[in-house]
Amino acid sequence: MSEKVLMKGNEAMAEAAIMAGCKHYFGYPITPQTEAAAYMAKRMPKLDGGVFLQAESEIAAINMVIGVASTGKRVMTSSSSPGIALKSEGLSYLAGCDLPALVINVQRGGPGLGSIQPSQSDYFHATRGAGHGDFHMIILAPASVQEMVDLTFKGFDLGDKYRMTTMILADGTMGQMMEPVSLDMGEVKEYDKSWALTGTKGERKPNIVNSLFMLPADLEKYNFERYEKYKLIEENEVMYDEYMMDDAEICIVAFGVAARVSQNAIDEARKQGIKVGMIRPITLWPFPKKVLNSAADKVKAFVSVELNMGQMIEDVELATRCKKPVLLCNRAGGVIPTTEDVMSKIIEANEIGGAN
Amino acid sequence: MSKRVTIFAGHYGSGKTNVAVNYALWLSEEHSKVSIADLDIVNPYFRSKDSEKVLEEKGIRLISSAFANSNVDTPALPAEAYSITADKDCYAVVDVGGDDRGALALGRYVPDILEENNYEMYFVINKYRPLTPDADSAIEVMREIEYSCGMRFTGIVNNSNIGEETTPEEVQNSFAYADEISAKTGIPVVMTTVDKRIYPQIKEIKENAKPLTLYVRQSWQRG
Repeated sequence: MSEKVLMKGNEAMAEAAIMAGCKHYFGYPITPQTEAAAYMAKRMPKLDGGVFLQAESEIAAINMVIGVASTGKRVMTSSSSPGIALKSEGLSYLAGCDLPALVINVQRGGPGLGSIQPSQSDYFHATRGAGHGDFHMIILAPASVQEMVDLTFKGFDLGDKYRMTTMILADGTMGQMMEPVSLDMGEVKEYDKSWALTGTKGERKPNIVNSLFMLPADLEKYNFERYEKYKLIEENEVMYDEYMMDDAEICIVAFGVAARVSQNAIDEARKQGIKVGMIRPITLWPFPKKVLNSAADKVKAFVSVELNMGQMIEDVELATRCKKPVLLCNRAGGVIPTTEDVMSKIIEANEIGGAN
Repeated sequence: MSKRVTIFAGHYGSGKTNVAVNYALWLSEEHSKVSIADLDIVNPYFRSKDSEKVLEEKGIRLISSAFANSNVDTPALPAEAYSITADKDCYAVVDVGGDDRGALALGRYVPDILEENNYEMYFVINKYRPLTPDADSAIEVMREIEYSCGMRFTGIVNNSNIGEETTPEEVQNSFAYADEISAKTGIPVVMTTVDKRIYPQIKEIKENAKPLTLYVRQSWQRG
Protein backbone atom coordinates (compact mmCIF):
# COMPACT_ATOMS: atom_id res chain seq x y z
CA MET A 1 0.00 0.00 0.00
CA SER A 2 1.20 3.46 -0.79
CA GLU A 3 2.12 5.94 1.93
CA LYS A 4 -0.72 7.99 3.34
CA VAL A 5 -0.88 11.74 2.88
CA LEU A 6 -2.64 14.38 4.96
CA MET A 7 -5.33 16.11 2.95
CA LYS A 8 -8.29 18.40 3.24
CA GLY A 9 -11.51 16.90 1.90
CA ASN A 10 -11.66 19.50 -0.86
CA GLU A 11 -8.11 18.74 -1.99
CA ALA A 12 -8.67 15.01 -1.68
CA MET A 13 -11.67 14.92 -3.99
CA ALA A 14 -9.83 17.09 -6.51
CA GLU A 15 -6.84 14.73 -6.51
CA ALA A 16 -9.16 11.69 -6.71
CA ALA A 17 -10.86 13.21 -9.76
CA ILE A 18 -7.49 13.64 -11.45
CA MET A 19 -6.64 10.03 -10.63
CA ALA A 20 -9.96 8.98 -12.16
CA GLY A 21 -8.83 10.53 -15.42
CA CYS A 22 -10.69 13.82 -15.17
CA LYS A 23 -8.72 16.48 -17.02
CA HIS A 24 -11.45 19.08 -17.24
CA TYR A 25 -12.51 21.22 -14.32
CA PHE A 26 -14.80 24.23 -14.55
CA GLY A 27 -15.78 26.15 -11.47
CA TYR A 28 -16.20 29.33 -9.59
CA PRO A 29 -14.83 29.87 -6.07
CA ILE A 30 -17.14 29.76 -3.07
CA THR A 31 -16.45 28.97 0.57
CA PRO A 32 -16.28 26.24 1.86
CA GLN A 33 -15.21 24.39 -1.33
CA THR A 34 -12.64 26.89 -2.66
CA GLU A 35 -9.66 24.60 -1.98
CA ALA A 36 -10.98 22.25 -4.66
CA ALA A 37 -10.74 24.95 -7.31
CA ALA A 38 -7.42 26.22 -5.92
CA TYR A 39 -5.99 22.69 -5.98
CA MET A 40 -7.18 22.12 -9.55
CA ALA A 41 -5.67 25.46 -10.59
CA LYS A 42 -2.29 24.19 -9.39
CA ARG A 43 -2.54 20.61 -10.62
CA MET A 44 -4.33 20.79 -13.99
CA PRO A 45 -1.70 22.85 -15.88
CA LYS A 46 0.88 20.19 -14.94
CA LEU A 47 -1.15 17.41 -16.63
CA ASP A 48 -0.92 16.63 -20.31
CA GLY A 49 -4.09 18.22 -21.72
CA GLY A 50 -5.35 19.33 -18.30
CA VAL A 51 -7.86 22.18 -18.26
CA PHE A 52 -8.68 24.36 -15.28
CA LEU A 53 -11.04 27.17 -16.05
CA GLN A 54 -12.51 29.65 -13.61
CA ALA A 55 -15.73 30.53 -15.34
CA GLU A 56 -17.47 33.89 -15.05
CA SER A 57 -20.29 32.27 -13.10
CA GLU A 58 -21.58 28.93 -11.88
CA ILE A 59 -24.06 28.86 -14.76
CA ALA A 60 -21.25 29.24 -17.28
CA ALA A 61 -19.26 26.52 -15.52
CA ILE A 62 -22.04 23.92 -15.67
CA ASN A 63 -22.63 24.67 -19.35
CA MET A 64 -18.92 24.11 -20.01
CA VAL A 65 -19.36 20.78 -18.20
CA ILE A 66 -22.20 19.91 -20.59
CA GLY A 67 -19.93 20.72 -23.53
CA VAL A 68 -17.09 18.46 -22.41
CA ALA A 69 -19.46 15.72 -21.20
CA SER A 70 -20.97 15.50 -24.69
CA THR A 71 -17.54 14.55 -26.04
CA GLY A 72 -17.36 11.63 -23.61
CA LYS A 73 -14.44 13.03 -21.58
CA ARG A 74 -14.53 12.91 -17.82
CA VAL A 75 -15.47 16.34 -16.48
CA MET A 76 -16.43 17.93 -13.20
CA THR A 77 -17.46 21.05 -11.39
CA SER A 78 -17.68 21.82 -7.70
CA SER A 79 -19.40 24.47 -5.67
CA SER A 80 -21.31 25.08 -2.46
CA SER A 81 -25.04 25.35 -1.92
CA PRO A 82 -25.90 28.77 -3.49
CA GLY A 83 -23.62 27.98 -6.43
CA ILE A 84 -25.17 24.54 -6.91
CA ALA A 85 -28.61 26.15 -7.00
CA LEU A 86 -27.35 28.28 -9.89
CA LYS A 87 -26.24 25.14 -11.70
CA SER A 88 -29.71 23.57 -11.46
CA GLU A 89 -30.69 24.38 -15.03
CA GLY A 90 -27.53 22.72 -16.34
CA LEU A 91 -28.10 19.65 -14.16
CA SER A 92 -31.49 19.18 -15.80
CA TYR A 93 -29.94 19.54 -19.28
CA LEU A 94 -27.27 16.96 -18.39
CA ALA A 95 -30.06 14.58 -17.39
CA GLY A 96 -32.10 15.35 -20.51
CA CYS A 97 -29.04 14.66 -22.68
CA ASP A 98 -28.08 11.53 -20.70
CA LEU A 99 -24.57 12.84 -20.09
CA PRO A 100 -22.15 11.63 -17.41
CA ALA A 101 -20.60 14.30 -15.20
CA LEU A 102 -19.42 14.69 -11.62
CA VAL A 103 -20.75 17.56 -9.53
CA ILE A 104 -19.58 18.24 -5.99
CA ASN A 105 -21.66 20.18 -3.48
CA VAL A 106 -19.81 21.13 -0.30
CA GLN A 107 -22.93 22.34 1.48
CA ARG A 108 -23.17 25.46 3.62
CA GLY A 109 -26.02 26.90 5.65
CA GLY A 110 -29.01 28.46 3.94
CA PRO A 111 -31.39 29.56 2.60
CA GLY A 112 -30.11 32.53 0.65
CA LEU A 113 -26.52 33.56 1.18
CA GLY A 114 -26.89 31.84 4.56
CA SER A 115 -23.59 31.01 6.21
CA ILE A 116 -20.21 29.53 5.39
CA GLN A 117 -20.58 26.84 8.04
CA PRO A 118 -21.44 23.17 7.32
CA SER A 119 -24.98 22.13 6.52
CA GLN A 120 -27.01 19.32 4.98
CA SER A 121 -29.93 21.44 3.92
CA ASP A 122 -29.57 20.66 0.20
CA TYR A 123 -30.76 17.08 0.78
CA PHE A 124 -34.13 17.73 -0.85
CA HIS A 125 -32.53 19.67 -3.70
CA ALA A 126 -30.06 16.88 -4.44
CA THR A 127 -32.27 13.83 -4.01
CA ARG A 128 -35.31 15.27 -5.79
CA GLY A 129 -33.56 15.95 -9.06
CA ALA A 130 -32.11 19.41 -8.43
CA GLY A 131 -33.73 20.97 -11.47
CA HIS A 132 -36.82 21.02 -13.65
CA GLY A 133 -38.29 17.93 -15.24
CA ASP A 134 -38.35 14.28 -14.20
CA PHE A 135 -34.87 13.10 -13.33
CA HIS A 136 -32.51 11.76 -10.70
CA MET A 137 -28.83 12.07 -10.02
CA ILE A 138 -26.83 9.47 -8.13
CA ILE A 139 -26.11 11.14 -4.77
CA LEU A 140 -23.10 10.01 -2.75
CA ALA A 141 -22.55 11.17 0.83
CA PRO A 142 -18.99 10.82 2.18
CA ALA A 143 -18.31 10.76 5.93
CA SER A 144 -14.51 10.96 5.88
CA VAL A 145 -11.74 12.38 3.74
CA GLN A 146 -10.96 8.84 2.57
CA GLU A 147 -14.54 8.51 1.38
CA MET A 148 -14.25 11.86 -0.41
CA VAL A 149 -11.51 10.14 -2.40
CA ASP A 150 -13.20 6.76 -2.84
CA LEU A 151 -16.62 8.13 -3.75
CA THR A 152 -15.22 10.68 -6.20
CA PHE A 153 -13.39 7.87 -7.97
CA LYS A 154 -16.49 5.67 -7.90
CA GLY A 155 -18.73 8.58 -8.88
CA PHE A 156 -17.02 8.86 -12.26
CA ASP A 157 -17.52 5.12 -12.85
CA LEU A 158 -21.22 5.28 -11.95
CA GLY A 159 -21.67 8.30 -14.18
CA ASP A 160 -20.07 6.57 -17.16
CA LYS A 161 -21.86 3.29 -16.51
CA TYR A 162 -25.34 4.83 -16.45
CA ARG A 163 -24.72 7.98 -18.52
CA MET A 164 -25.87 10.31 -15.79
CA THR A 165 -24.70 12.90 -13.31
CA THR A 166 -23.26 11.80 -10.01
CA MET A 167 -23.25 14.32 -7.20
CA ILE A 168 -21.02 14.15 -4.16
CA LEU A 169 -23.15 15.69 -1.44
CA ALA A 170 -20.55 16.72 1.11
CA ASP A 171 -20.70 19.48 3.69
CA GLY A 172 -18.36 22.20 4.93
CA THR A 173 -16.83 19.87 7.52
CA MET A 174 -15.99 17.21 4.94
CA GLY A 175 -14.47 19.86 2.70
CA GLN A 176 -12.39 21.50 5.40
CA MET A 177 -11.32 18.64 7.69
CA MET A 178 -7.88 17.12 7.32
CA GLU A 179 -7.36 13.38 7.58
CA PRO A 180 -4.81 10.85 6.36
CA VAL A 181 -5.79 9.28 3.05
CA SER A 182 -4.51 6.59 0.77
CA LEU A 183 -4.61 7.52 -2.91
CA ASP A 184 -4.14 3.94 -4.03
CA MET A 185 -7.12 3.83 -6.39
CA GLY A 186 -6.29 1.16 -8.90
CA GLU A 187 -6.91 1.23 -12.64
CA VAL A 188 -9.31 3.62 -14.34
CA LYS A 189 -12.06 1.60 -16.04
CA GLU A 190 -13.03 2.17 -19.65
CA TYR A 191 -16.68 2.52 -20.70
CA ASP A 192 -18.44 2.40 -24.03
CA LYS A 193 -18.80 5.96 -25.29
CA SER A 194 -19.91 5.30 -28.83
CA TRP A 195 -22.60 7.97 -28.26
CA ALA A 196 -20.04 10.75 -27.79
CA LEU A 197 -19.55 13.69 -30.13
CA THR A 198 -16.03 13.06 -31.34
CA GLY A 199 -16.31 13.92 -35.03
CA THR A 200 -17.60 11.45 -37.63
CA LYS A 201 -14.49 11.73 -39.82
CA GLY A 202 -16.91 10.87 -42.61
CA GLU A 203 -16.99 7.29 -41.35
CA ARG A 204 -20.24 7.10 -39.38
CA LYS A 205 -23.56 8.79 -38.91
CA PRO A 206 -23.40 11.85 -36.65
CA ASN A 207 -24.23 11.30 -32.98
CA ILE A 208 -26.77 13.67 -31.49
CA VAL A 209 -26.76 14.93 -27.91
CA ASN A 210 -29.96 16.80 -27.26
CA SER A 211 -32.77 17.33 -24.76
CA LEU A 212 -35.34 18.84 -27.11
CA PHE A 213 -37.91 16.60 -28.80
CA MET A 214 -40.39 17.75 -31.40
CA LEU A 215 -43.03 15.16 -30.56
CA PRO A 216 -44.42 14.68 -27.04
CA ALA A 217 -44.57 10.92 -27.54
CA ASP A 218 -40.83 10.81 -28.28
CA LEU A 219 -40.01 12.75 -25.14
CA GLU A 220 -42.32 10.50 -23.16
CA LYS A 221 -40.52 7.41 -24.49
CA TYR A 222 -37.14 8.74 -23.31
CA ASN A 223 -38.57 9.59 -19.90
CA PHE A 224 -39.89 6.07 -19.45
CA GLU A 225 -36.62 4.52 -20.63
CA ARG A 226 -34.68 6.72 -18.23
CA TYR A 227 -36.85 5.59 -15.34
CA GLU A 228 -36.23 1.94 -16.26
CA LYS A 229 -32.53 2.77 -15.85
CA TYR A 230 -33.27 4.39 -12.48
CA LYS A 231 -34.96 1.15 -11.35
CA LEU A 232 -31.79 -0.77 -12.19
CA ILE A 233 -29.74 1.69 -10.16
CA GLU A 234 -32.10 1.38 -7.20
CA GLU A 235 -31.64 -2.38 -7.35
CA ASN A 236 -27.89 -2.50 -7.87
CA GLU A 237 -26.14 0.58 -6.54
CA VAL A 238 -27.42 1.17 -3.01
CA MET A 239 -24.58 1.72 -0.53
CA TYR A 240 -24.79 2.07 3.22
CA ASP A 241 -22.80 1.29 6.32
CA GLU A 242 -24.03 -0.31 9.52
CA TYR A 243 -22.68 0.38 12.99
CA MET A 244 -23.60 -1.76 16.00
CA MET A 245 -26.93 -2.80 14.50
CA ASP A 246 -26.81 -6.48 15.55
CA ASP A 247 -28.65 -6.03 18.84
CA ALA A 248 -29.83 -2.44 18.37
CA GLU A 249 -33.20 -1.35 19.73
CA ILE A 250 -32.76 2.19 18.48
CA CYS A 251 -31.51 2.93 14.98
CA ILE A 252 -29.88 6.23 14.17
CA VAL A 253 -30.00 7.23 10.51
CA ALA A 254 -27.37 9.81 9.60
CA PHE A 255 -24.98 10.65 6.78
CA GLY A 256 -21.83 12.73 6.42
CA VAL A 257 -20.71 14.75 9.44
CA ALA A 258 -23.96 13.91 11.30
CA ALA A 259 -22.97 10.22 11.15
CA ARG A 260 -19.58 10.99 12.72
CA VAL A 261 -21.11 12.87 15.64
CA SER A 262 -23.73 10.12 15.96
CA GLN A 263 -21.06 7.42 16.11
CA ASN A 264 -19.41 9.18 19.06
CA ALA A 265 -22.84 9.46 20.72
CA ILE A 266 -23.53 5.74 20.13
CA ASP A 267 -20.23 4.83 21.81
CA GLU A 268 -21.26 6.98 24.75
CA ALA A 269 -24.80 5.53 24.92
CA ARG A 270 -23.50 1.95 24.74
CA LYS A 271 -21.39 2.67 27.85
CA GLN A 272 -24.67 3.50 29.59
CA GLY A 273 -26.17 0.22 28.39
CA ILE A 274 -28.47 1.67 25.73
CA LYS A 275 -28.67 -0.59 22.69
CA VAL A 276 -28.32 1.84 19.83
CA GLY A 277 -26.83 1.42 16.37
CA MET A 278 -26.70 3.28 13.10
CA ILE A 279 -27.50 2.82 9.44
CA ARG A 280 -25.51 5.36 7.48
CA PRO A 281 -26.71 5.88 3.92
CA ILE A 282 -23.75 6.35 1.55
CA THR A 283 -26.04 6.66 -1.47
CA LEU A 284 -28.79 9.17 -0.67
CA TRP A 285 -30.29 8.39 -4.06
CA PRO A 286 -30.78 5.49 -4.43
CA PHE A 287 -31.84 5.56 -0.77
CA PRO A 288 -31.22 2.36 1.27
CA LYS A 289 -34.92 1.61 1.64
CA LYS A 290 -34.75 -2.17 2.02
CA VAL A 291 -32.30 -2.27 4.93
CA LEU A 292 -34.26 0.41 6.77
CA ASN A 293 -37.53 -1.39 6.19
CA SER A 294 -36.06 -4.61 7.63
CA ALA A 295 -34.59 -2.70 10.56
CA ALA A 296 -38.06 -1.36 11.32
CA ASP A 297 -39.11 -4.92 12.18
CA LYS A 298 -36.39 -5.15 14.83
CA VAL A 299 -35.90 -1.75 16.48
CA LYS A 300 -38.40 0.23 18.50
CA ALA A 301 -37.55 3.65 17.13
CA PHE A 302 -35.43 5.56 14.64
CA VAL A 303 -33.59 8.84 15.12
CA SER A 304 -32.79 10.85 12.02
CA VAL A 305 -29.81 13.10 12.73
CA GLU A 306 -29.47 15.94 10.25
CA LEU A 307 -27.96 19.41 9.79
CA ASN A 308 -31.22 20.87 8.47
CA MET A 309 -34.83 21.29 9.50
CA GLY A 310 -35.65 17.62 8.86
CA GLN A 311 -35.34 16.46 5.25
CA MET A 312 -33.99 12.90 5.15
CA ILE A 313 -36.47 12.01 7.90
CA GLU A 314 -39.18 11.92 5.20
CA ASP A 315 -37.27 9.23 3.31
CA VAL A 316 -36.75 7.27 6.53
CA GLU A 317 -40.50 7.40 7.22
CA LEU A 318 -41.28 6.35 3.65
CA ALA A 319 -38.73 3.54 3.67
CA THR A 320 -39.96 2.15 7.00
CA ARG A 321 -43.61 2.68 6.05
CA CYS A 322 -43.96 4.45 9.42
CA LYS A 323 -43.83 1.09 11.18
CA LYS A 324 -41.91 2.68 14.06
CA PRO A 325 -41.64 6.26 15.29
CA VAL A 326 -38.90 8.38 13.71
CA LEU A 327 -37.52 11.14 15.91
CA LEU A 328 -35.62 14.10 14.56
CA CYS A 329 -32.35 15.36 16.01
CA ASN A 330 -31.36 18.44 14.09
CA ARG A 331 -29.38 21.66 14.12
CA ALA A 332 -29.55 24.18 11.32
CA GLY A 333 -28.01 27.31 9.86
CA GLY A 334 -24.48 25.94 9.89
CA VAL A 335 -24.50 24.54 13.43
CA ILE A 336 -23.22 20.98 13.95
CA PRO A 337 -25.13 18.83 16.45
CA THR A 338 -23.12 18.04 19.56
CA THR A 339 -22.67 14.55 20.96
CA GLU A 340 -24.98 15.68 23.79
CA ASP A 341 -27.70 16.72 21.31
CA VAL A 342 -27.66 13.21 19.84
CA MET A 343 -27.44 11.56 23.27
CA SER A 344 -30.54 13.33 24.52
CA LYS A 345 -32.53 12.10 21.50
CA ILE A 346 -31.23 8.57 22.02
CA ILE A 347 -32.46 8.72 25.61
CA GLU A 348 -35.83 10.08 24.46
CA ALA A 349 -36.15 7.27 21.89
CA ASN A 350 -35.17 4.71 24.51
CA GLU A 351 -38.04 5.82 26.72
CA ILE A 352 -40.56 4.99 24.00
CA GLY A 353 -42.48 1.99 25.26
CA GLY A 354 -44.06 -0.95 23.51
CA ALA A 355 -40.89 -2.32 21.99
CA ASN A 356 -41.45 -4.67 19.08
CA MET B 1 17.01 32.96 24.23
CA SER B 2 13.84 33.72 22.28
CA LYS B 3 13.65 36.62 19.88
CA ARG B 4 10.92 39.16 20.55
CA VAL B 5 8.93 38.37 17.40
CA THR B 6 8.45 34.82 16.10
CA ILE B 7 6.69 34.39 12.79
CA PHE B 8 5.23 31.09 11.54
CA ALA B 9 4.50 30.77 7.84
CA GLY B 10 4.34 27.89 5.40
CA HIS B 11 2.34 25.82 3.00
CA TYR B 12 -1.46 25.77 3.27
CA GLY B 13 -2.41 23.20 5.90
CA SER B 14 1.12 22.57 7.18
CA GLY B 15 -0.02 23.07 10.77
CA LYS B 16 1.14 26.64 11.38
CA THR B 17 -1.71 27.62 13.66
CA ASN B 18 -1.32 24.69 15.99
CA VAL B 19 2.45 25.16 16.15
CA ALA B 20 2.01 28.91 16.76
CA VAL B 21 -0.51 28.36 19.57
CA ASN B 22 1.76 25.81 21.25
CA TYR B 23 4.76 28.11 20.83
CA ALA B 24 2.90 31.01 22.45
CA LEU B 25 2.08 28.76 25.40
CA TRP B 26 5.74 27.72 25.78
CA LEU B 27 6.77 31.37 25.66
CA SER B 28 4.26 32.23 28.38
CA GLU B 29 6.13 29.91 30.75
CA GLU B 30 9.18 32.18 30.54
CA HIS B 31 7.74 35.59 29.79
CA SER B 32 4.88 37.45 31.42
CA LYS B 33 3.80 39.40 28.35
CA VAL B 34 3.05 37.25 25.32
CA SER B 35 0.68 37.88 22.44
CA ILE B 36 -0.36 35.82 19.41
CA ALA B 37 -1.54 37.54 16.25
CA ASP B 38 -3.71 35.75 13.70
CA LEU B 39 -2.93 37.24 10.30
CA ASP B 40 -4.71 34.54 8.31
CA ILE B 41 -6.58 36.17 5.43
CA VAL B 42 -6.92 32.94 3.43
CA ASN B 43 -8.92 30.51 5.52
CA PRO B 44 -11.98 31.41 7.59
CA TYR B 45 -11.80 28.11 9.51
CA PHE B 46 -9.44 26.50 12.06
CA ARG B 47 -8.14 29.76 13.47
CA SER B 48 -6.09 30.53 16.57
CA LYS B 49 -9.35 31.98 17.89
CA ASP B 50 -10.47 28.37 18.36
CA SER B 51 -7.89 28.19 21.18
CA GLU B 52 -9.10 31.41 22.81
CA LYS B 53 -9.88 29.75 26.12
CA VAL B 54 -6.51 28.14 26.78
CA LEU B 55 -4.70 31.28 25.63
CA GLU B 56 -6.77 33.40 27.98
CA GLU B 57 -6.07 31.05 30.90
CA LYS B 58 -2.33 31.58 30.38
CA GLY B 59 -2.73 35.34 30.06
CA ILE B 60 -1.78 35.39 26.40
CA ARG B 61 -3.28 38.21 24.40
CA LEU B 62 -5.06 36.96 21.28
CA ILE B 63 -5.04 39.42 18.41
CA SER B 64 -7.49 38.26 15.80
CA SER B 65 -9.95 39.68 13.33
CA ALA B 66 -13.40 40.44 14.73
CA PHE B 67 -14.66 38.35 11.79
CA ALA B 68 -12.67 35.19 12.57
CA ASN B 69 -15.02 32.19 12.97
CA SER B 70 -18.00 34.25 11.86
CA ASN B 71 -19.92 34.10 8.60
CA VAL B 72 -18.22 37.25 7.38
CA ASP B 73 -15.94 35.59 4.89
CA THR B 74 -13.72 38.58 4.38
CA PRO B 75 -9.92 38.88 4.43
CA ALA B 76 -9.76 41.40 7.28
CA LEU B 77 -6.75 42.14 9.48
CA PRO B 78 -7.13 43.23 13.10
CA ALA B 79 -6.09 46.84 13.76
CA GLU B 80 -4.47 45.67 16.99
CA ALA B 81 -1.91 43.74 14.96
CA TYR B 82 0.24 46.88 14.89
CA SER B 83 1.06 46.11 18.52
CA ILE B 84 3.31 43.30 17.18
CA THR B 85 5.88 45.96 16.34
CA ALA B 86 4.67 48.85 18.52
CA ASP B 87 4.68 47.09 21.89
CA LYS B 88 8.35 46.34 22.44
CA ASP B 89 7.83 44.78 25.92
CA CYS B 90 5.68 42.01 24.52
CA TYR B 91 6.81 38.73 23.00
CA ALA B 92 4.78 38.33 19.82
CA VAL B 93 3.92 35.14 17.96
CA VAL B 94 2.63 35.74 14.45
CA ASP B 95 0.44 33.13 12.74
CA VAL B 96 0.53 33.85 9.02
CA GLY B 97 -1.97 32.46 6.49
CA GLY B 98 -0.97 29.68 4.13
CA ASP B 99 1.14 29.95 0.98
CA ASP B 100 2.28 33.14 -0.76
CA ARG B 101 -1.29 34.46 -0.80
CA GLY B 102 -1.48 34.26 2.99
CA ALA B 103 2.01 35.73 3.45
CA LEU B 104 1.03 38.85 1.53
CA ALA B 105 -0.73 40.12 4.65
CA LEU B 106 2.54 40.03 6.61
CA GLY B 107 4.15 42.49 4.20
CA ARG B 108 2.78 45.63 5.80
CA TYR B 109 4.48 44.82 9.14
CA VAL B 110 7.77 43.78 7.57
CA PRO B 111 9.59 47.18 7.44
CA ASP B 112 9.11 47.64 11.21
CA ILE B 113 10.06 44.04 12.01
CA LEU B 114 13.24 44.33 9.95
CA GLU B 115 14.13 47.69 11.52
CA GLU B 116 13.85 46.34 15.05
CA ASN B 117 15.74 43.23 13.93
CA ASN B 118 14.75 41.03 16.86
CA TYR B 119 12.80 38.27 15.15
CA GLU B 120 12.76 34.72 13.85
CA MET B 121 10.72 33.64 10.86
CA TYR B 122 10.02 29.93 10.78
CA PHE B 123 8.99 27.87 7.78
CA VAL B 124 6.57 25.14 8.89
CA ILE B 125 6.82 22.00 6.76
CA ASN B 126 4.87 18.75 6.50
CA LYS B 127 6.25 16.04 4.23
CA TYR B 128 2.82 14.36 4.13
CA ARG B 129 0.98 17.24 2.48
CA PRO B 130 0.34 16.34 -1.16
CA LEU B 131 1.75 19.44 -2.82
CA THR B 132 5.01 19.51 -0.81
CA PRO B 133 6.12 15.87 -0.77
CA ASP B 134 9.78 16.54 -1.58
CA ALA B 135 12.41 19.13 -0.73
CA ASP B 136 12.24 20.94 -4.06
CA SER B 137 8.47 21.49 -3.96
CA ALA B 138 8.74 22.72 -0.36
CA ILE B 139 11.55 25.11 -1.27
CA GLU B 140 9.45 26.45 -4.14
CA VAL B 141 6.68 27.34 -1.66
CA MET B 142 9.29 28.78 0.70
CA ARG B 143 10.64 31.14 -1.97
CA GLU B 144 7.13 32.17 -3.05
CA ILE B 145 6.31 33.11 0.55
CA GLU B 146 9.55 35.08 0.97
CA TYR B 147 8.94 36.93 -2.28
CA SER B 148 5.33 37.64 -1.30
CA CYS B 149 6.01 39.10 2.17
CA GLY B 150 9.49 40.55 1.58
CA MET B 151 11.24 38.65 4.39
CA ARG B 152 13.62 35.71 4.58
CA PHE B 153 13.09 32.63 6.70
CA THR B 154 15.58 32.07 9.54
CA GLY B 155 14.54 28.55 10.59
CA ILE B 156 12.58 25.45 9.65
CA VAL B 157 9.99 23.73 11.84
CA ASN B 158 9.48 20.13 10.82
CA ASN B 159 5.83 19.44 11.61
CA SER B 160 5.47 16.35 9.39
CA ASN B 161 2.39 14.36 10.38
CA ILE B 162 -0.71 12.64 9.03
CA GLY B 163 -2.98 13.72 11.87
CA GLU B 164 -4.13 11.44 14.65
CA GLU B 165 -2.81 8.30 12.96
CA THR B 166 0.79 9.56 12.91
CA THR B 167 3.33 6.97 14.00
CA PRO B 168 6.89 7.57 15.25
CA GLU B 169 8.14 5.91 12.02
CA GLU B 170 6.41 8.54 9.91
CA VAL B 171 8.00 11.32 11.92
CA GLN B 172 11.35 9.59 11.64
CA ASN B 173 10.92 9.22 7.87
CA SER B 174 10.59 12.99 7.59
CA PHE B 175 14.02 13.81 9.09
CA ALA B 176 15.83 13.35 5.78
CA TYR B 177 13.22 15.55 4.05
CA ALA B 178 13.74 18.38 6.56
CA ASP B 179 17.51 17.97 6.43
CA GLU B 180 17.52 18.17 2.64
CA ILE B 181 15.49 21.40 2.67
CA SER B 182 17.94 22.73 5.25
CA ALA B 183 21.01 21.66 3.26
CA LYS B 184 19.71 23.19 0.04
CA THR B 185 18.74 26.50 1.63
CA GLY B 186 21.27 26.86 4.43
CA ILE B 187 18.44 27.40 6.93
CA PRO B 188 18.60 25.31 10.12
CA VAL B 189 15.87 22.92 11.32
CA VAL B 190 15.15 24.57 14.67
CA MET B 191 12.34 22.33 15.87
CA THR B 192 10.72 18.97 15.16
CA THR B 193 7.17 19.27 16.43
CA VAL B 194 5.34 16.03 17.24
CA ASP B 195 2.04 15.08 18.79
CA LYS B 196 2.62 14.71 22.54
CA ARG B 197 1.40 11.09 22.39
CA ILE B 198 4.42 10.03 20.34
CA TYR B 199 6.83 12.66 21.66
CA PRO B 200 8.45 10.26 24.17
CA GLN B 201 9.71 8.05 21.31
CA ILE B 202 10.92 10.96 19.21
CA LYS B 203 12.78 12.88 21.94
CA GLU B 204 15.10 9.90 22.31
CA ILE B 205 16.28 10.29 18.72
CA LYS B 206 15.84 13.99 17.95
CA GLU B 207 17.10 16.55 20.40
CA ASN B 208 15.16 19.47 18.92
CA ALA B 209 11.84 17.62 19.31
CA LYS B 210 8.99 19.52 20.94
CA PRO B 211 5.62 18.05 22.08
CA LEU B 212 2.50 19.51 20.50
CA THR B 213 -0.88 19.56 22.21
CA LEU B 214 -4.04 19.80 20.13
CA TYR B 215 -6.16 22.18 22.19
CA VAL B 216 -9.32 22.04 20.12
CA ARG B 217 -11.45 18.93 19.74
CA GLN B 218 -14.49 18.86 17.50
CA SER B 219 -17.59 16.75 18.06
CA TRP B 220 -17.05 15.02 14.70
CA GLN B 221 -13.49 13.96 15.43
CA ARG B 222 -13.05 10.25 15.82
CA GLY B 223 -11.76 8.27 18.75
